[in-house]
Amino acid sequence: MAPLLTFRPEGIYCARADLFIDPWRPVARALITHGHADHARAGMGHYLATNLAAPVLRHRLGDISLDTLRYGETITRNGVEISFHPAGHVPGSAQIRLSYKGETWVASGDYKIEDDGLSTPFAPVRCHHFITESTFGLPVFRWQPQAQIAHQINAWWADCAARGVTPMLGAYSLGKAQRLLSLLDGPGPILTHGAVEGTNAVLRAQGIALPDTVPVTPDTKGKEHPGAIVLAPPSALGSTWARRFGPRETGFASGWMAVRGIRRRRAGDRGFVISDHADWPGLLRAITETGAENIHVTHGYTDIFSRYLSEAGWNADIVKTEFGGDDDDIPDTQDAAGAA
Amino acid sequence: MKDFAALFTAIDQSTKTTRKVAALAEFFRSASDSDRLWTVALFSGRRPKRAVTTTRLREWAAERAGLPLWLFEDAYPIVGDLAETIALILPPGSDETDRGLTYWIDYLKALTPEDEPTRKARINAAWDELGTTQRFLFNKLLTGGFRVGISRKLMTRALAQATDKPETELAHRLMGDWTPDSTDWHHLIEAEDATADASRPYPFYLAYGLEDAPESLGDPAAWQAEWKWDGIRGQLLLRDGQHFTWSRGEDLMTDRFPEFARVADFLQGGTVLDGEILAWDGAPMSFAALQKRIGRKTVPKKLLSDAPVILYAYDLLEWQGADWRDRPLAERRAQLTTLCDALPPDAPIKLSPAVPFDAWDELARIRSTARDAQAEGLMLKRLDSPYLSGRKKGDWWKWKLDPLTIDAVMIYAQQGSGRRANLFTDFTFAVWNGNDLVPFTKAYSGLTDEEFRQITAWVRKNTQQRFGPVRQVTPTHVFEIAFEGIQESPRHKSGVALRFPRIARWRKDKPLQEANTLDDLKEMLRTYG
Repeated sequence: MAPLLTFRPEGIYCARADLFIDPWRPVARALITHGHADHARAGMGHYLATNLAAPVLRHRLGDISLDTLRYGETITRNGVEISFHPAGHVPGSAQIRLSYKGETWVASGDYKIEDDGLSTPFAPVRCHHFITESTFGLPVFRWQPQAQIAHQINAWWADCAARGVTPMLGAYSLGKAQRLLSLLDGPGPILTHGAVEGTNAVLRAQGIALPDTVPVTPDTKGKEHPGAIVLAPPSALGSTWARRFGPRETGFASGWMAVRGIRRRRAGDRGFVISDHADWPGLLRAITETGAENIHVTHGYTDIFSRYLSEAGWNADIVKTEFGGDDDDIPDTQDAAGAA
Repeated sequence: MKDFAALFTAIDQSTKTTRKVAALAEFFRSASDSDRLWTVALFSGRRPKRAVTTTRLREWAAERAGLPLWLFEDAYPIVGDLAETIALILPPGSDETDRGLTYWIDYLKALTPEDEPTRKARINAAWDELGTTQRFLFNKLLTGGFRVGISRKLMTRALAQATDKPETELAHRLMGDWTPDSTDWHHLIEAEDATADASRPYPFYLAYGLEDAPESLGDPAAWQAEWKWDGIRGQLLLRDGQHFTWSRGEDLMTDRFPEFARVADFLQGGTVLDGEILAWDGAPMSFAALQKRIGRKTVPKKLLSDAPVILYAYDLLEWQGADWRDRPLAERRAQLTTLCDALPPDAPIKLSPAVPFDAWDELARIRSTARDAQAEGLMLKRLDSPYLSGRKKGDWWKWKLDPLTIDAVMIYAQQGSGRRANLFTDFTFAVWNGNDLVPFTKAYSGLTDEEFRQITAWVRKNTQQRFGPVRQVTPTHVFEIAFEGIQESPRHKSGVALRFPRIARWRKDKPLQEANTLDDLKEMLRTYG
């Protein structure tokens, strides 16, 4: 019997139910794990996602044909059970479970294990085949608890304020920025770039509580907001947009900041090691808890991670996808680095 | 070592020089004498003797982390730093104790006489005890190469802030072959200088490249021109009946160049000369001839007669025991000329002649003949200038020839380390020989960060084969390679070796077939070799 899921040039495909998961080419029916641009693309005939991911999808993709499911709710299509389960990556993100006649697959999209207080926490789903990312699939990546990173960022904010400079924190505008927002606690207001504020508005409208922010407008002057911190996409920090804040320091918040060489290349003052992807122990724990024997490794350190899994006794292989820019330059792509 | 780790973190976390220097000055004010002495030593390129090979360290770290060795080896080029890879890959340490920098250095020193199982056990014990940053620094002490974003110049500035002594004096005090075992903080930094070590050289004055036209320097009569030689910049000291030869990189090279032992026969004590060490056969020989002498601690007789060296002297820093650096160049030069004129013809010291000229355009013509003189170009020095220390703009300029260039095809790529970790930055280039591509040089520098990012993404998608860390790529991209000289080399497949090859630019406009050929290279060898 053919496997329930196969890997096609358009994306991950279920022939039985005739639908794709996070396809990168236009198809008729798409299941979407979450709203990031490499997973949710324009041009699909019909979309299915979680109710929590829907507002961001509509914000990004406009007027699309979209149905939603709640986490754990099951529908059936040509005998295939379809359900969405929390992936903990960003608010509304999901692992997608497909099951037919006792064969169960889970496509996990992007995920992290730690509860960030904003996204519904990751929940392992038993399956036979698990499709996993490997963005940080190297044993040098090991995250510290979120509270510890929050402490570092807030100490930096306070220190900058005491020295009269403006801290500028660079983070991807969907997910990472809101996670940081919920962690910020300092001597002044939080100023936000338009790209970040756009997502804030969407999430607030769907009932997610975020701290108060002050959107930066063309008239905003740094001097009018003493003690403020600025939250912006990484690409904005080196631009003329940033100059209005006068003397400033830049910080980047990303898992890549664990590596000193990458941190120095970004030429920021500070790097905070915080990621919405699983670290090495997290990946291994997630994989173990699925009980799956077959692990399909996508975007990241695919060759290294799959070899390790194979030697450790799993039936692991590499799947070429167009998520996260494949094996590409993720640490150096400005916004992708923020997304990590 | 938590205070030293905090210092490192403060330096590492800022891109602003003033903040780095302030953190270091504060450390120099508050740390113990032995900790600050070791800090000066580490930041000026001195380090404890290596107690363990890096091969063993990798094996032990992988074992302690419970990971296969191949996984460690695969992670290392991505992190780009061995000490950091080990620090990150081990299970988190307890971070409960806090012992000083000196404690850990003594700990490493005590390993040397021990057998391997003991060394392994002690290194594991240290890893278990230290937090991640301290562990990284401990590994840096183990593996050497302590470059952490503080140049020697900045360290000297911080030292000046902490001690209220002038930077130039401190720069001089830090020269020479002291180690933390041969001196202490008081003698190195604070004591009156009367008992200074006879072997201590002066800090070298280094020139910047001239970017504007020489006319920008004003009246040509205020300047002296000399050939810029392609040898080893060196200082020759004669004091207390002993002589010492120092390279610009502060290597003591006295034994490598036994020719200079005779200088005591001609020169009086209390003399220090600055000049270029060159292989010499009546005229300067190529750098390739000198290269045979570098790296050999003892010199076989044949080599000594095949490639004898001289010091081509161009400055006088000390005369009759007095420091002459504040006197104008014209005066130093006059005394140097008198001194050299009195030397017998076979003396291993000669005066590097000044190149006379009246007008800048005349000098430009002379410069274009530099290769005929075995020179890289010209040096321009203001006649009334003192001998400064370190790299300073204004009084000395290098005015080098434009480099030779050739268009070549990239065929292999390898990832860099440190700041270039996880980027493909080290390339091998080839030229056409019929339908084959013959590799002829490697080059590492010359592209912008953005270009390195582009080429990295391309290499990942266009790898044909892997040989360990090296990837063979589909021949596609043409680069212009710049270099300073070309030599015949039987050791290279192409038969040539280049001097200072680097990437001049990425020739995106140039199709693969239009890269240069091996014949073109050989023609250059005939013309410039």
